[in-house]
Amino acid sequence: MLQAKPFAISLRPLWPPPTHDFEEIGSENGLMWQPKLITHGRLAASASKSWKNEDFCKYDDFFGPVKASGSSLFENTTGLSFTRDLPSSSPFRFSIPVTEYLEESPLQFGQVRRTQISNDHFLTHSNDLSDTSLPSLSSQSVPLPFPLSHGTTTLAFIFQGGVLAAADTRSSCSGQVACPAAQKILPIHSHLVGTTSGTSADCALWKRILSRELRLYQLRHGRRLSTRAAAKLLSHMLHPFKGTELCVAATLCGWDGSEEDAGCPGGDSECKEDPKSHKANVDDAQILSTSSHVGPSLFYVCSDGTRLQGALFSVGSGSPYAYSILDQRVEWGLTVDEAVAVGREAVFRATHRDAYSGNCVDVYHMSSKGWTRRTREDLKEEYYREKERNERTRASKETGLEEV
Amino acid sequence: MLSSLSFGDTGKMKEYHYTGAVEHRFSPYAFNGGTVLAVAGEDFAIVASDTRLSEGYSIHCRDSPKCYKLTDTTVIGCSGFHGDCLTLTKIIDARLKMYKHSNNKMMTSGAIAAMLSTILYGRRFFPYYVYNIIGGLDEEGKGAVYSFDPVGSYQRDTYKAGGSASAMLQPLLDNQIGFKNMEGVQHVPLTKEKAVQLVKDVFVSAAERDVYTGDALRICLITKEGMDEQTIPLRRD
Repeated sequence: MLQAKPFAISLRPLWPPPTHDFEEIGSENGLMWQPKLITHGRLAASASKSWKNEDFCKYDDFFGPVKASGSSLFENTTGLSFTRDLPSSSPFRFSIPVTEYLEESPLQFGQVRRTQISNDHFLTHSNDLSDTSLPSLSSQSVPLPFPLSHGTTTLAFIFQGGVLAAADTRSSCSGQVACPAAQKILPIHSHLVGTTSGTSADCALWKRILSRELRLYQLRHGRRLSTRAAAKLLSHMLHPFKGTELCVAATLCGWDGSEEDAGCPGGDSECKEDPKSHKANVDDAQILSTSSHVGPSLFYVCSDGTRLQGALFSVGSGSPYAYSILDQRVEWGLTVDEAVAVGREAVFRATHRDAYSGNCVDVYHMSSKGWTRRTREDLKEEYYREKERNERTRASKETGLEEV
Repeated sequence: MLSSLSFGDTGKMKEYHYTGAVEHRFSPYAFNGGTVLAVAGEDFAIVASDTRLSEGYSIHCRDSPKCYKLTDTTVIGCSGFHGDCLTLTKIIDARLKMYKHSNNKMMTSGAIAAMLSTILYGRRFFPYYVYNIIGGLDEEGKGAVYSFDPVGSYQRDTYKAGGSASAMLQPLLDNQIGFKNMEGVQHVPLTKEKAVQLVKDVFVSAAERDVYTGDALRICLITKEGMDEQTIPLRRD
């Protein structure tokens, strides 16, 4: 089906240095391809700054592709200048191949890259030292003898009090409930929460990788990445795996802003009423800040490459049922309690109708102070309560009629 | 995370009757059967497995237990494809040694679980066909069970069954240990003796109905005093 294999990713050995690969590709396609500097735009700034991985230090040059644990010999105090012609001279090693992909000639975008040599070299080591963070890509011609977990209902929406995220907790696997108490909403950091849908292993691991990268960014640059940037980061990290069977459909719910925002007078609702003027004030106060958005944001990122900003998303096999409830009830002016009730109701209805969603519901609320989690609630009780309510209303209707 | 192996037919019994041409391709996976179970108590953990190694219609070995001791406080049960189980346990042992030498302490159960998750995910596109369950004591001395799917998704549980008879055992455990959806039942905490007896009963029942489970049962009981193993015979037919 798919001719083009995804890119080789950074599990290529660090020695020999990648210049050799570049030349091979160039000759293969008849193009003279040079690693070029990204000199323009914010991409350049982030590309040059973001992708250093201290773990891949010079130790590797001598001892092969062994990942030294926790060494940070290469503090990036010196230049953020981005010399890429000689990786051997540059101490930077990139654990995420995003920069390579960004620099790739557009004609080779998505095409097969010669990975045999590097793959073989890697595979001889992989069984001994399979501690690298990203999975190696071999062509998936081996049919799997087992299915992976799928099926869910997750939703998230923005309202005046921040972002609300809700999800069920059933993890199903070819007709069996593999786990009735899975966690589908994973906090990434204090102001970012992600809902997960798709294969649970993929979601869990990629969330971990995302939190690691965000944390590294925060440590290196002293500021937190915005939700938009985190979504872009996740999308770009997943791009090399497009066309493989990786399946991640996440919504990132976050609150962007700086510490000044925490002291916003009158609480969240006032801030939200006039985000633009507030933004102007914030920008005046922080000349160095590059974030242009303050407040709640919601992004949907999918492993097929979709990256969307929105105010309401529902993902998963139960999402049609959830959407029907949400489209009816969600509006900007909900209070926190109302929003929680709407989210919970939407998941409840979806679990009722969708076989692959069920068990309990998790609700997370994101505000300027961070995320808070409502205790997990078993929806079994809700069915009985609803049944009682229906019986009561029916009974009262009957008595009402009799009276009349 | 753990699925019943009703899906997929590599290594399992072949179709008796079929019509038309069938393409046979080499599959790097085989299914060697076996069931693993782990239960966590207040201050103990039990990891139990049967000892039958089968493939298709044959039994290769009647004495191949699927519990492997990792540290004094952690045991892993691996079922699925035996080749991948052996390699995976070798890799885990090597990583444990590396950790011990560089950090001068043994890995805790939670750390082993996290590490195993990344090891499994490292082979996301050519997975280890192994269903893992780790049982042991956490840092506070409480029982911990971590269950995995073949690509590394994991979660801490109180009890879990994995392998060929998992679909039969898990509901029974839900009922006897989890008291799931039972009205008017007192939730009695599990004692060590009751847990061991329950595990024995549960495997005896599994051997009745699952062809890949039987021969003998190996139980590893982990307490702070150490690890205690016992072997109980099961039906051999």
